[in-house]
Amino acid sequence: MSVIYLLISISILIAIGFFIAFIRAVKTGQYDDDYTPSVRMLFDDELLKSAKKEKKVEKKDEK
Amino acid sequence: MIFVLGKMSKVMDTQNCFHCGLDIIKEEEIIFDARNFCCNGCKTVYEIFSLNDLTCYYDFEKSPGATPQDINGKYDFLDNESIVSKLLEFQENSTAIISLNIPHIHCSSCIWILENLQRLQKGISTSQVNFPEKRVRITFNPEVVSIKTIVYLLSSIGYEPYISLENYETGSNDVDRSLTYKLGVAFFCFGNIMLLSFPEYFEVKEYWLDQYRGFFRWLIFVLALPSFFYSASGYYVSAYKSIKTKMLNIDIPIALGIVVMFVRSTFDIFMDYGSGFFDSLTGLIFFMLLGKMFQIKTYSFLSFERDFKSYFPIAITKINTDASEESVAIYEVEKGDRLLIRNQELIPVDGILISEKAEIDYSFVTGEAIPITKQSGDKVFAGGKQIGKVIEMEVLHSVSQSYLTQLWSNDVFQKNVEQKHKTITDSISRYFTPILLLIAFAGFGYWIFIDANTAFNVFTAVLIVACPCALALTAPFTFGNVLRILGKQKFYIKNALVIEQLAKVDTIVFDKTGTITTNKKSNISYEGTALSDENLLLIKNVLRASNHPLSRMLYDYLPIPILQNKSANDTKKLKVDAFEEITGKGIQAQIFGHQIQIGSASFVDKIEENNIQQTSVHIKINDVYYGKFVFKNQYREGLEVLFRNLSTNYQIKVLSGDNEGERATLERLLPKGTELIFNQKPEQKLEFIKNLQEQGKNVMMVGDGLNDAGALAQSNVGISISENVNVFSPACDAILDASEFHRLIYFLKLSKNSITTIKMSFTLSLLYNVVGLSFAITGNLLPLIAAIIMPLSTITIVSFVTVMSSYYASNK
Repeated sequence: MSVIYLLISISILIAIGFFIAFIRAVKTGQYDDDYTPSVRMLFDDELLKSAKKEKKVEKKDEK
Repeated sequence: MIFVLGKMSKVMDTQNCFHCGLDIIKEEEIIFDARNFCCNGCKTVYEIFSLNDLTCYYDFEKSPGATPQDINGKYDFLDNESIVSKLLEFQENSTAIISLNIPHIHCSSCIWILENLQRLQKGISTSQVNFPEKRVRITFNPEVVSIKTIVYLLSSIGYEPYISLENYETGSNDVDRSLTYKLGVAFFCFGNIMLLSFPEYFEVKEYWLDQYRGFFRWLIFVLALPSFFYSASGYYVSAYKSIKTKMLNIDIPIALGIVVMFVRSTFDIFMDYGSGFFDSLTGLIFFMLLGKMFQIKTYSFLSFERDFKSYFPIAITKINTDASEESVAIYEVEKGDRLLIRNQELIPVDGILISEKAEIDYSFVTGEAIPITKQSGDKVFAGGKQIGKVIEMEVLHSVSQSYLTQLWSNDVFQKNVEQKHKTITDSISRYFTPILLLIAFAGFGYWIFIDANTAFNVFTAVLIVACPCALALTAPFTFGNVLRILGKQKFYIKNALVIEQLAKVDTIVFDKTGTITTNKKSNISYEGTALSDENLLLIKNVLRASNHPLSRMLYDYLPIPILQNKSANDTKKLKVDAFEEITGKGIQAQIFGHQIQIGSASFVDKIEENNIQQTSVHIKINDVYYGKFVFKNQYREGLEVLFRNLSTNYQIKVLSGDNEGERATLERLLPKGTELIFNQKPEQKLEFIKNLQEQGKNVMMVGDGLNDAGALAQSNVGISISENVNVFSPACDAILDASEFHRLIYFLKLSKNSITTIKMSFTLSLLYNVVGLSFAITGNLLPLIAAIIMPLSTITIVSFVTVMSSYYASNK
């Protein structure tokens, strides 16, 4: 059997894989709100910073 | 780094409240933690945040907060299990989900704080903000925390949720995502088929290509199936429906083209005649769906379908016979019930006032900002908002039978508006489809005598190439672009159909109060003995303590008098003693040893000489009557110019629910021939529009209050004017921000120009069709030519309409 059949079927399979990923993304509502995640993405740093502070406060309390 | 800089500038800025950003009145300033606050409420919110280590809130945006409002008792209905269960999206033993609409959401700080709710309240596990919809979805444990606690928490940090009758029985609603799926499928098929078609485009006699030709073709065929059967399914349904209703729309030639293309291509592949047109077919489907997607511009934070339900509360306090209070759902309120209405609460049903006096603000209904005073025994109508003390009332009609809500039983609100108008594309396709079929049969008739095989080829080729994809793309891309341009200019349109309707309008009907007048500013004039600067100062200080709308307006209107003999600080701060506000009458206070009375004529024992209905506030200082401030309607800026310009092309009418008090002013202000009709009830407004339409007019209604809702629904285009687009607008086709009111004529012009753009583009796409047809009719349409012509026409059409509509939009 020629290698071209193998290559084409692999490429189609990969394409279908991406396609399924797309369908799932739509289904879980990832395309419903296209603004908030772009803002949320930038929050992580601040969250960590204040989380550390919280820990420090807790430690003080323990002492 | 940026955040640090931001913080510094905030510390240096002492003029505005650190929390809400409003101007600080010097004497009320609170300094806490080296920050300045305008009131205790703002300070408390800051305290809550700093205690919970959430001051990052102030890093993202400068003064992002809102002053928390007093909501004591307002959400008592959340104790009622059956009401709460209707609000929840999901409920299980230890998990519950609720979606709350929070109008204040406006910046990244809001997102941050609302997504960190779990740090403020135990029992909340996650919360997620949907910014465009201004909603927060909270997952919590109902065994640990109740909804009421959450709502109170949100209110205490300045994010009071908006819970209305509309939320009742919503639960989780399904979003229609089928277009996204279809587009995805179409793109998947189109992309892969394009790749697999490449060898065919370079058709060279080569062993290698010949070897795999069959395999490639069959693969293409299989890939085309989902696109043909699923993605394009909307066109078959629409075409079938339009044949059934005998209205030839554009979807008929499209569906015909797609089906013929598919059948012919399948036939070609099966019989090994050629590669077929699957590449063009899937490309066509993809581009048309893309156009559909582009045309839908949604403003998630706006709603065009609102009725009274969006404004009415879910529950109300009922007083039982044993004098106990109970929260009941609005729909359960019956005739004869006694209700308790608190400050700022909406009266949900018609009834009779039991309490001695009430001030009712009907701005939701009429747009009139000045409240109306009602005495015990007076009828109060649904839709009014109680201002001031708690009142009691007895119910006369249930919700559905009340004066205002009855309007919604009118047929206008039941109709499906979808099929009301014929679009420009559809009216063109009425001629297009028969001509197309004629050409196809003519070509077939000519070739059948020469070669039967070619005859079939020509017949199908005509239908394929004439498939009006360029025609079908014109309108969606033009309207999609115009929708976006208008949206940026604060004119929010429901859908593309409305633009076409706007272009056809020949009669414009305006509501008066709240539409051509503004309820923000009032035209105030003073009549009587001149007031000295000192007196003005006293009045202004007394007014500051009052929350009555007239007091607020007068307070804003009065200048801050500068007294020569006092320093600047003294002029601002004066202590008010013995302040008393008497509902329906006025205010009296002791200030600086002076007795001040501000209020209605009867309050200051003044007998009015004339009976002209006007709103006025009388002033009495130390038992001496001085004079009165008269409030007149303030017309919107640019109204005169707008009406003058409009009157050349349109018939203008003004429809008002008010009395004729303003007739003279309006007649002077508006161009001659403007029809003025007063004393119109909501139903009469609707009938008025209907009559005009029966005379063959295309009517645009511009209104604002719930009392215009019927007229807005009946009119061809209903535009709602809104001072704050997030807060209020009845069901309509478009929402116009009040600040852009004077540009109405520009919007109308732009809609007309977009129709011109479409017509020009139609000519262009017909040219393409002529070229394509000349190939088809001579029997020379090769798949390669089709694959070039189709994308080429699509691209030129799309860029042409985008450039043209943007050009017209920049032409002010």
